[in-house]
Amino acid sequence: MLNDITLGQYYPGNSPVHRMDPRCKLLLTVAYIVGVFLIGNLPGYLLALAFLWLVVRVSGIRFSYLLRGLKPLRFILVFTFILNVAFTQGQTVLFAVGFFRLTREALENAIYFSLRLVFLVMGTSVLTLTTSPVQLTDALEHLMHPLARFGFPAHELAMMMTIALRFIPTLLEEADKIQKAQMARGADFESGNLMARARAMIPLLVPLFVSSFRRANDLAMAMEARCYRGGEHRTRLRELRYTRLDFYALLCMIAFFVLIIAEGMLLG
Amino acid sequence: MENRQKENRIITDGLSYRYPEAERDAVSDVALRVRAGEFVCILGHNGSGKSTLAKLFNALYVPTEGTVWVCGMDTKDDELVFDIRQNAGMVFQNPDNQIVATVVEEDVAFGLENNGVPPQEIRVRIDEALAAVGMSERAKKAPHMLSGGQKQRVAIAGVLAMRPSVIILDESTAMLDPSGRAEVMNTVRRLNREEGISIVLITHFMTEAAQADMIYVMDGGKIAMTGTPREVFSQIGRVRALGLDVPPMTALAETLGKAGLPVRPDVLTVEEMVEEVCRLQSKG
Ligand SMILES: Nc1ncnc2c1ncn2[C@@H]1O[C@H](COP(=O)(O)OP(=O)(O)OP(=O)(O)O)[C@@H](O)[C@H]1O
Ligand SMILES: [Mg+2]
Repeated sequence: MLNDITLGQYYPGNSPVHRMDPRCKLLLTVAYIVGVFLIGNLPGYLLALAFLWLVVRVSGIRFSYLLRGLKPLRFILVFTFILNVAFTQGQTVLFAVGFFRLTREALENAIYFSLRLVFLVMGTSVLTLTTSPVQLTDALEHLMHPLARFGFPAHELAMMMTIALRFIPTLLEEADKIQKAQMARGADFESGNLMARARAMIPLLVPLFVSSFRRANDLAMAMEARCYRGGEHRTRLRELRYTRLDFYALLCMIAFFVLIIAEGMLLG
Repeated sequence: MENRQKENRIITDGLSYRYPEAERDAVSDVALRVRAGEFVCILGHNGSGKSTLAKLFNALYVPTEGTVWVCGMDTKDDELVFDIRQNAGMVFQNPDNQIVATVVEEDVAFGLENNGVPPQEIRVRIDEALAAVGMSERAKKAPHMLSGGQKQRVAIAGVLAMRPSVIILDESTAMLDPSGRAEVMNTVRRLNREEGISIVLITHFMTEAAQADMIYVMDGGKIAMTGTPREVFSQIGRVRALGLDVPPMTALAETLGKAGLPVRPDVLTVEEMVEEVCRLQSKG
């Protein structure tokens, strides 16, 4: 059960998208999502799709990989769609059954909203598929660094993320071990209703929790022994550097924005 | 005094430490020294104060009484804490709980990053350290993909990259299988011999202790016995009374002695035992 969780769905590669500076990639992803939310008609979404498809082509990831990322979202998608259809006020009635009226505006709204969600997820998937968690952490730390002046714990947050990433496999492994040990003693994790299964997790989570505290204690000691003293005066092995690649990527994004704005003005 | 400091990597004098709220001292009136290039082993049953002593060497704890000098630096001096920790590197027991980063080479870099070493220099030192522990080809691997012995070697590399004068290993082989233990011990011995790094090894394995230059046996926070492995282990009765075993070959020699064979009682290693048996055979 626990082995199914794939973490940080990084798809290693050496494409230009992979080689971009993670900071640039992160910022451009945010820009892309903002762009997608600005779009208000179907041709605009076709543009967004074309742009995404292009990026995916360059990155060497299979598009199906990206679509697979949508699968866990299907319920939320259906839910938002229905919610939008049901609760948007509209004028042009398409058809009506009893109390229910499907209006053109409601349908459009629902479609656009779902599309935005789809592009949001696919856009961030491109980021996480082409950027290792370590690079992402680095990018976040660097981008948040200016905020440190106002007391924002940029380094601490990045350190926490790194440690979380480092310990997740360890804890999963341990959970698996505890689960097997409990099962050997007759514990049942698989059958029963939701409540029963949730209750069955308690003998798994309690020892895991206790051991995490132990680990945290040990790790703190080990970090201190290795001269850890917070983010100040700290150097980094890997330095982030913007390259020409990032400049080209930025140009592409600007082109995308020009296109969707022009398209929005032309087609309203 | 100056001279004493130079040839000694660690000196303690009247060293005591009591945990806050504790009834009695965990380490009490300990005087010992670790010379340059020396391989020191600290033995003692559970709770005898070994780990506490190790943490006093690294300025993780500050003495309640007495003093610890690491390369001539008093661990009570707040300004020297990071120099002390750089000089006296620690490797802990649980390999999973001391690796910080998600990539091997980055973990090795951790201490250097903390000390503000420039990136190019970090690169050089990582490569050196990983080569010294034989882990170069795993530099880009995730730590959780490594075996226990490999993880401990990474931890040693992380300490080694800081160019320490002494490495303190607190039961670093306790959670490993025999081959992992051998990996770590071989690495440690080589660093000791070839690089002249002093070693303080805390262990429950008497075969490991037999390889040391000097053994200190702790009991109730005090040093109960001191000497070379031969001196210590030849006093089988005392060692056992302190809750410890003797190396397997020493125990065998004792058994053979009791059975009436004139075997030397201070045999430590298999090689010595073989020699001894051959000697007896050629005689009789
Ligand atoms: N954090 C702590 N707070 C209070 N007392 C402690 C703490 N850690 C250890 N002690 C006590 O100090 C004494 C020495 O402990 P220490 O961990 O140094 O022993 P040890 O020789 O390393 O034992 P082991 O072989 O089990 O590792 C013990 O009596 C222990 O109960
Ligand atoms: Mg201990």
